[in-house]
This record gives sequence, C-alpha cells and structure tokens, in this order.
Amino acid sequence: MVWAESAPRVWREKVKKYRLLGGKCPSCGSLVYPHRQVCPYCGHEGLQPVELPRRGRIVSYTAIRHPPSDFVGKEPYVVAIVELDGGARVLAQLTDAKPEEVKEGLEVEAVFRKYREQSPNGIIEYGIKFRPAQ
Amino acid sequence: MAKRVFVIGAGATKVGEHWDKSLRDLAVEALLAAVKDAGVDKREIKALYVGNMMSGELQGQEHLGALVATWAGMAGVAAFKVEAACASGGAALHQAYLAAASGLYDCVAVVGVEKMTDALPNDVTSALLTAEDQEYVVFTGATFVGLNALVYRMYLTKYGVKQEDVARFAVHCHKMAVNNPYAQFRREVTLEEVMSSPLIADPIRLLECAPVGDGAAALVLCNEDFLRRNPRDVLVEVTGSAVATDILSVHERRDPLVMEGFRKAAEVAMKRAGIEAKDVDVLEVHDAFTVLGVLTLEALGYAPPGRGWQLVAEGGLEPGGEIPTNTMGGLKARGHPVGGTGIYQVFDIVKQLRGEAGPNQVEGAEVGLAQNLGGVAGTVAVHVLRRVR
Repeated sequence: MVWAESAPRVWREKVKKYRLLGGKCPSCGSLVYPHRQVCPYCGHEGLQPVELPRRGRIVSYTAIRHPPSDFVGKEPYVVAIVELDGGARVLAQLTDAKPEEVKEGLEVEAVFRKYREQSPNGIIEYGIKFRPAQ
Repeated sequence: MAKRVFVIGAGATKVGEHWDKSLRDLAVEALLAAVKDAGVDKREIKALYVGNMMSGELQGQEHLGALVATWAGMAGVAAFKVEAACASGGAALHQAYLAAASGLYDCVAVVGVEKMTDALPNDVTSALLTAEDQEYVVFTGATFVGLNALVYRMYLTKYGVKQEDVARFAVHCHKMAVNNPYAQFRREVTLEEVMSSPLIADPIRLLECAPVGDGAAALVLCNEDFLRRNPRDVLVEVTGSAVATDILSVHERRDPLVMEGFRKAAEVAMKRAGIEAKDVDVLEVHDAFTVLGVLTLEALGYAPPGRGWQLVAEGGLEPGGEIPTNTMGGLKARGHPVGGTGIYQVFDIVKQLRGEAGPNQVEGAEVGLAQNLGGVAGTVAVHVLRRVR
C-alpha cells in the first residue's frame, strides 16, 4: 500500500530528494530540509534554496522491525536523524551498516539509493540514504 | 463572553477486538449511552462532532457526521467529523466546547471512535502514518513507533536514564486497568515481561506501546442556559479547553525532547481554568509509548527533566500518590482506539470527579486534566475539568 502513489509527485520532488536541496532563512539564519517557501521557525517568507553538505553525524536512530506495508520484507532497517555539516537535520535511512553497528555521533555521508517500489507497474522511488563515512 | 460548559453525560464501549461490531455500531452504542446518562431527549442535541482518524483508510468510509447521526436516529443535527491524528477525539471535544460556549448550540454531543482490527497490522501502521509528512518522513520507511523511538533514545542518552525506569510506566498502567471494566487489558504485567517483549523499533519494545483496538466514547455537553432549564445535582464543568500545534516532524524541532505544543495547550487551558499544575487531582496523559508519559510528567513540572521516572517508581501515579495519573489504565492498558482516545480520557476523568471510579477512586478528586496528542505531539488537545457542587 503506497499512499502517495503518483508519478507527478515523484517528478515534482526529484530535485529536493536527489540533490538534498534545503532552504536558508535570510531572517533567522535557520537551515531546513527540504527547501520550501516559508521558514517553519520564524515565519519569514522567501527562503533561499541551498544545496546542503553531504556529510554529517547521527543524532538519534532506530531500527524498524515492524514496517509499514510498502516496506515489508526490508526489515530490519535503520532510520536516523542526521545533522548535516552546517546544522540542517534530515530524516533518512542508513545503508551499508547493520543496526548493531550504528551509534549516536557516527559520521555519515549521503549516497543515492532506492527507497521503494510503488507497485509492480509503478515507479521505483529513489532518494538519499546515508552510510558510515569512508 | 463565553458561556460556562458542562459535561452532563458520558458513555463508552469497552475497548477491545470487537469482531462483531462495526465503526458505526461502536459510535452509536457509545453515543446513546452518553445520551441516556445525560437524561436528555436526543432531539435536544443540536450539534454532533465525530472524532476519528482512519475511517477513510481502514473502512473506506468518510462522511461520519451524517452516518452516525443517521444510525443514532439524530439525522437533522449539525454534524461532521473532526480529524487531528491521534488527537482527533480531543480536537472534536474542543469543537463541541466552542459550540456550547458560543451559545449557538446549548446542548451538543461528541463521540470519538476508531475501528482498527478490520485491517492487517502493517496496513494499520501505514494508515497511522497518514498523520506524518508523506513526502519526506513516511517516504523513509519510518513508523510512528520508530519516530517515538528516536525521541526515546535521545531522552535516555541526554539524562542517563535506564530504559527499565521509563518502561515501568507500562507496568503502572496495566495495574490500574485491572479495575476498569472498559479496559482492553485487565491484567498486570511485570517489568521483566515488558523488557523481554519483542523490539518493535529500537529501543521501544512491544509492551511499551499502546495496543491496537476498537472502541468509542461519547460525551453530552451543555451550556449554562440549558442547565437553567434542566437542573441537576452532580456536575462536571469543562473549565479549560485548548488545542495547540508544534512543528509537525520531530527532526525539524529545535529540541525534539521539548513538547512545545503541549506546553502551549496546557498553559492556555490551565489559565482559562484558573489553575496551576499542582491543583490537578487526576491526570490523563497520552502514553502511546512509555516515554511520552514520562515526558509529560516533566513538562507539567511534576518532576524535573530526566526525573519523571522516579514518580512512577515511587507509586506517585497511583490513587493516593503525588499525582494520580492514568488511573483507569491510560492508552497502554485501557486501550488506544485512536480517534476515541481523547474522549476516553475525559470519560475516565468524569468517572473520577463524580466518584464513580470504583476501586481506583481518587478520594475527593475535584480537578482533572487530560492531555491528548496527535502524531508525535504535532497536535495537542488539553482539557481541564472541575467538579461543581
């Protein structure tokens, strides 16, 4: 079951998801991912698009052992909050690491990976995952 | 000037796996029980608010206002569904409160309902995830258990707390539910059982999670104008009602351990009610996961940050304790039929304030506070109730 099964959606998000496109607030200085029009912290309208650093460290993580229906068969997999260099925080899967090898503070780097397949005839969705920094 | 609003009727179904009952059966049963408890003619109810999250995904059924009104024999009433994830019940109650307080409707009803056991577990997980950001959070394969696990791990690390100490919250809730005839799990669990139950999303274990279940709870509210025409002896007043939001996804919050939405909603509701946290005699917290219960105790100031677990360990949450909390079992053991939960919480408080809570009665309870969270506290509904003599 993929709730947001839609070709236009995947197309629309490709730059933000494939290139880690964030937004910088000229008013309060915050960095957010993904890029958007309005700063969630101060309400300023007009964030500037900025390609975010591809390295960072793990703030917190979990291993998903009971997944939603469209990730069944992939478990266990690690989902983490990654703080990128510069301060933007991203939620993403970890790859190339077993759950027991992950810890808070682990240095990671972004890689391009498959996330899910919408259906037998649907789109294969890709995005950024992180792996231990090499 | 807002009119005073009172709860004059409360009804509920038992929470559980109701294989023989549909969503509408549950809603109608609870609603009619509340109407009967109120002792009013249901035709006097002028508006009906249905708190529900997932009927569209799990039953393929929306338009619950007209559906429930029809099956309860109340067609004609102003009615619609209110959705705010797991805070749907609390948000619906807020609407009902506003309607009665405004004076536009002098007698209204609210019913919170969820029917979860028709779907397979992974599909329930997916349906619950409609409360999160589909495009940038659900996309990652995170679950709600997983998102709370991220907060839980940060909590344990920041304060150097042992998981066993937080997990004890579940033991407390099960102990309370033994005496609640409406509870899904009327049996105790040991800390060893909790800590040896399967991992769902590290570090959260199965018995730290609220269960999947079916249920409905309902309230009849009226304002002071209605009360003058229909006087009664035992009264519970809604003295504070507030809803607040936080930045939706935890990873975007400045500090994921600070429940900013809860702080705001509690502050507004308590200010309207003219009380402070220390005045609360019975507390209902949204313990979808043990860590949320502990974080709430700290956010309300009953314990310093990182020390909420001590209240649990010392029996401070039991009737007669420092702050009696989830005295009928909370989400963990009374159960968490999502859209119903916010109403079940107030149902439980009404029982306490009326002195009808049975063996778990908090002696002389006058003031109750219910905290209902949607998502990882992205929406928070807080209600303050007071017994009026």
